[in-house]
Amino acid sequence: MTPANPKLKNRIGESLSGAQIIWEALVREGVEVCFGYPGGAIMPAYDAMIQYPIHHVLTRHEQGASHMADGYARASGQVGVCIATSGPGATNLITGIATAMLDSIPMVCITGQVPSALIGSDAFQETDITGCTIPVTKHNYLVTKPEQIAPTIREAFYVARSGRPGPVVVDITKDAQQQSCTFEWSDEEIVLPGYHPDYAPLSEQLEEAIELIKEAKRPILFSGHGIIKSQATETLIEFVEKTNIPVACTLLGLGGFPASHPRNLGMMGMHGETWVNKAIQDADLIIAAGMRFDDRVTGNLKTYAQNAKKIHIELDPAEINKNVRVEVPIVGDVAAVLKELLPHVDQTDRAEWLGYIDELKGDSAVRDIKNLPDLGKLYAAHVIHDIYRFTEGKALVVTDVGQHQMWEAQYYKHDYPRKLLTSGGLGTMGFALPAGIGAKFAQPGDSVWVICGDGGFQMTQAELSTCAQENIKVNVAIINNGFLGMVRQWQQFFFGGRYVATPLLSPDFVKIAEAHSLTGIRVEKRSEVEEAVRTAEATEGTVVIDFRVEQEDAVYPMVPAGANLHDMIERPPPGNQDHNPIFETGEDE
Amino acid sequence: MTQSVKRTFAVFVEDKPGVLNRVASLFRRRSYNIDSLNVGATHEPGVSRMTIVCDADTDKARRIEANLYKMVNVLWVDDITHKQTIDRVLALIKVNCDREQRDEILKICEVYRARAIDMSPDRITIEITGPRDKVEGLVSVLRPFGIMELVQTGTVAMTRGAEKHDLAHPTVPASRNDAA
Repeated sequence: MTPANPKLKNRIGESLSGAQIIWEALVREGVEVCFGYPGGAIMPAYDAMIQYPIHHVLTRHEQGASHMADGYARASGQVGVCIATSGPGATNLITGIATAMLDSIPMVCITGQVPSALIGSDAFQETDITGCTIPVTKHNYLVTKPEQIAPTIREAFYVARSGRPGPVVVDITKDAQQQSCTFEWSDEEIVLPGYHPDYAPLSEQLEEAIELIKEAKRPILFSGHGIIKSQATETLIEFVEKTNIPVACTLLGLGGFPASHPRNLGMMGMHGETWVNKAIQDADLIIAAGMRFDDRVTGNLKTYAQNAKKIHIELDPAEINKNVRVEVPIVGDVAAVLKELLPHVDQTDRAEWLGYIDELKGDSAVRDIKNLPDLGKLYAAHVIHDIYRFTEGKALVVTDVGQHQMWEAQYYKHDYPRKLLTSGGLGTMGFALPAGIGAKFAQPGDSVWVICGDGGFQMTQAELSTCAQENIKVNVAIINNGFLGMVRQWQQFFFGGRYVATPLLSPDFVKIAEAHSLTGIRVEKRSEVEEAVRTAEATEGTVVIDFRVEQEDAVYPMVPAGANLHDMIERPPPGNQDHNPIFETGEDE
Repeated sequence: MTQSVKRTFAVFVEDKPGVLNRVASLFRRRSYNIDSLNVGATHEPGVSRMTIVCDADTDKARRIEANLYKMVNVLWVDDITHKQTIDRVLALIKVNCDREQRDEILKICEVYRARAIDMSPDRITIEITGPRDKVEGLVSVLRPFGIMELVQTGTVAMTRGAEKHDLAHPTVPASRNDAA
């Protein structure tokens, strides 16, 4: 938590400017990297920065800075930090802040504010950023005096990382940065009168849960983002291996329970596997661990898992009975709760239920595009499956939002936590490249793959020049189908095939890469994928691969928004080739 | 699922700038419609008390409570809907009133234990404190005379018992104790 940074001189008791105190506080909170963009109201802070052991990454847009801080936090589990000036600088952070809020990512955003005497006067570059960000932050602060800076930043980190994490904005006026005061720092535990975010599970509820688990014949466990956040993977594996309860993952839960584990069924929900969704509908007990029954997971709530009793293990009491009513809520840290339950649950083999789920898989392997032959055409699923194979499943993958995101979730099998970063809750296009850069700073030893669509990439492609300036390496795989693919798919399925505003003209991405003195590769055939992936892995510096995939492929299976979870649109099987360009092909892979 | 009823929450918050905005913003953002909101100081320095009245069924009430607790500046939330409480509204009512009507109006005030606090040849201003239905009763009786102006506070409420709100107590929302 605190100083430990040997490069920091002890200046407690000295008179320092507010600007210096910002960095004193950040370094003492363990910050080594921050992402930002300077401007008028934050200039004193930037001026003081060079005195401190902090690496600042200059982004090309403040949205990039907040996504980078977010990616850094997701990859490391630490608090990500971004910094921007007042007005437009601060408002540009908001998309990234909202993204972090919906996925409960710990982040501290420092913004400059106009001098306190000018607040409320519509001064140049003045925005009420604390007002703007109330709905999209866990908490925020306006600081107008230098003495408030250190305690406020300390509190901001505490709030951001404790309980259910989230983004916190600290808005600091320019005069507070310029004035000086005696620097004081306390390492004592922070106690806030109205904030007690940690709950110990209640013993009656644990007992009720144990009873339900004992009685259950067809139980299923949901592994959500909370498993990753509370570092519950090992406990969960133990729990599952003892009880043989099959596991379904949410999108953000992927990697929290190893994909290759025999009890892992795969992803649930709108683009989840058919057998997973059917198993949920047939289950008699759901143990939801660290997830919040998002509408993309449940489909029609009226018909959702009607036969199942539900145990909801969740840190945030406000999530209990929000979307789905549950029999046993357990409010607490999911790792701690699973540890409490573990000794009391029975060793079971559950052959019948597991056999039944196997049968549910039916012909889905035949329908799986991965297993379909290839006659020279390039399908996104093939590309992602190949990236998975050639990176041996070890890459840290950051996805954007849309079709490629779902294909990645389906075909890149994540065995480790924090190796898939994606904007699940807010669904922010443009997230992938900057978040990937942030992740690379957090995990420099990892091979970072940014997988995005041609649409999302163009939203934040300017950050390629951040890669070049910082001389860092990420591999960018653009799944380029010439459409805003997911919207096009909805238009195809639900809007009479009218492709309104979805055909997308893109620049030559190879040349874009080259214009940044980076490497660009174009791939048009499946036979070229392996070489491209291997070249990217072996090349120094950021590589952009433009995968020109089939334009009108769709993500299957699909539960239309609001439909029953068991009513899925499946990929037509080979033989029924209408509307499906995939089956004109030859041999299996 | 229970029926939606008028709920009253006593919410203790830190007396800091912007807290009212945060609480109001929470209600707006989650589409919880506020009937009335009253805020003022308490006997404890640095602590303000809000009385919030809104429509909610039991589930929604729990979620409102849990969401209020998530706010850093919220110290204590008490859903006092089903407790023995004293609730009061204060209203000032300015009514058209010529000389002939004065006696009648003053008699009405007596019935409602309201007071005339200002008078001129053609109007009278009345102050009333009481539960909302009593205030509404007086207003409807005065309406035929012609109400020129009406202003009222939101409800303030207090439980009758000797319940003490120990603000240092860890905040445990009730929702965690309730299964479906």
